[in-house]
Amino acid sequence: MRLSRFVPLIYIILLLLPIYWLLNMSFKTTNEILGGFSLYPHSFTLDNYRKIFTDPTWYMGYVNSLYYVAANTLLSLVVALPAAYAFSRYRFLGDKHLFFWLLSNRMAPPAVFVLPFFQLYSAVGLFDTPWAVALAHTLFNIPLAVWILEGFMSGVPRELDETAYVDGYSFPGFFVKIFIPTIAAGIGVAAFFCFMFSWVELLLAKNLTSVAAKPIAAVMTKTASTSGYELGLLAAAGSLTLIPGAIVIYFVRNYIAKGFALGRV
Amino acid sequence: MRKTVNQKAWFLVLPVFLLVAFNALIPLMTVVNYSVQETFGDNVFTWAGVRWFEEVLRSDNFWNALQRQLLFTGLVLAIEIPLGLAIALTMPKKGFWVSVCLVLMSLPLLIPWNVVGAMWNIMALPEIGLLGKAINSLGINYNYTRQPVSAWFTLVLMDVWHWTSLVALLCYAGLVSIPDAYYQAAKVDGARRWAVFRYIQLPKLRHVLTIAVLLRFMDSFMIYTEPQVMTGGGPGSATTFLSIDLVKKGIGQFDLGPAAAMSIIYFLIILALSWLFYTLMMRNQEN
Repeated sequence: MRLSRFVPLIYIILLLLPIYWLLNMSFKTTNEILGGFSLYPHSFTLDNYRKIFTDPTWYMGYVNSLYYVAANTLLSLVVALPAAYAFSRYRFLGDKHLFFWLLSNRMAPPAVFVLPFFQLYSAVGLFDTPWAVALAHTLFNIPLAVWILEGFMSGVPRELDETAYVDGYSFPGFFVKIFIPTIAAGIGVAAFFCFMFSWVELLLAKNLTSVAAKPIAAVMTKTASTSGYELGLLAAAGSLTLIPGAIVIYFVRNYIAKGFALGRV
Repeated sequence: MRKTVNQKAWFLVLPVFLLVAFNALIPLMTVVNYSVQETFGDNVFTWAGVRWFEEVLRSDNFWNALQRQLLFTGLVLAIEIPLGLAIALTMPKKGFWVSVCLVLMSLPLLIPWNVVGAMWNIMALPEIGLLGKAINSLGINYNYTRQPVSAWFTLVLMDVWHWTSLVALLCYAGLVSIPDAYYQAAKVDGARRWAVFRYIQLPKLRHVLTIAVLLRFMDSFMIYTEPQVMTGGGPGSATTFLSIDLVKKGIGQFDLGPAAAMSIIYFLIILALSWLFYTLMMRNQEN
């Protein structure tokens, strides 16, 4: 039994190895990387990071990515909140069908949607704006947000709503002043997931932008294919993409386990 | 929870409905449209019937990609589900280390997928990567850009690294929701560790395991970015999965008809298999 204690420890060490290797590479000079194998940077350098923070094509990539991720999270939550409330409290015509249709969009491969999205957003003049990516990502984030929020809302007793109405609250007043603070944890978890799936996606983000709204992921893949062996620079860019994720995890750390079960445990 | 019938609830759902209709229905209609028509450019379309579907279903390319996809998904499910469960079972349940475990384990889930690919690229380079160097120094000839076996090994390892945490976190959430009274009753009865697992923990975990299997099935079946960055579908076409094949067809060669037909078949396979998993795992619950 004692040995089993080490399973999570070993797992976490293995998880951290590739991350260490990425950081290790990001602090090396190109000469050292191509020179051979070394476990830690012998000639420590910050040049790779300096390049990213001084070159607009690089740092604007992060700005663009964060822009559409934030827009997507906001958009998904604003429309998902009332819908989740309706699904958790009422029966209405076609409710179950609608719910399953929403969820089926989570099963749609982005590869299927790349070309139609490109044509649709070009037609309405959204191509190469952060809003194109933000909208495209709602395809899988809205179903997820509705699902998570519905789970959390179903845990709130109906008496809360009824008491509020008796006290003379209108529906919008009750929803904003009482209900939203009550399920703040659920909203946090839903926001976390919207952030996560929008932040990690590349295929749609890359193909719905060209110059003005290019995300960091696309800048990276382009560098990888055009400039051959700038591994140090790529590693530095990759290392920087870990930071937003780490910050978001820190904020939801207390709800993370329940959150991953999508509020349904 | 009891629900009241209220048709006005439709007004609350309307924003979602309109947005998803714009975002999912119109593109889907476009795909259906292309799948039954032929074009020679200039926006001139002629009716093609089911010709593209026949072409896709007859092509070796498609069946090979599907086989690879099924093998890959099968492998990662067979590794990640038991491994994630084992990690969740051995994790500490209380105290400071829980937060540390949870935060560190969530890290891979929030790394952009192309960075995951790039990271494992660097990790697996035969000369200067930690993994590549380690394997080669054991005397095994390992090169993921040249040998299909190495490429597969690296991709499966990468996926296990990337997603096992999701399974572990889901199972952990299920485990901590089991009331202590269950364990105390088991102790009084003198139940062994295995019996506790088989008759208390596993039944309580069915729900989260269903979610885990479904999520891992769907996402591994749609995998694109990581293998694209790592191997580009190679060596040869050894790691060309369905999404890679589809993007090559649709955006690379602009074969709209066959790409659209393949899109529809692809989507239907995912829907059908998801439904199958769901009903199988839920039916067991009733018995």
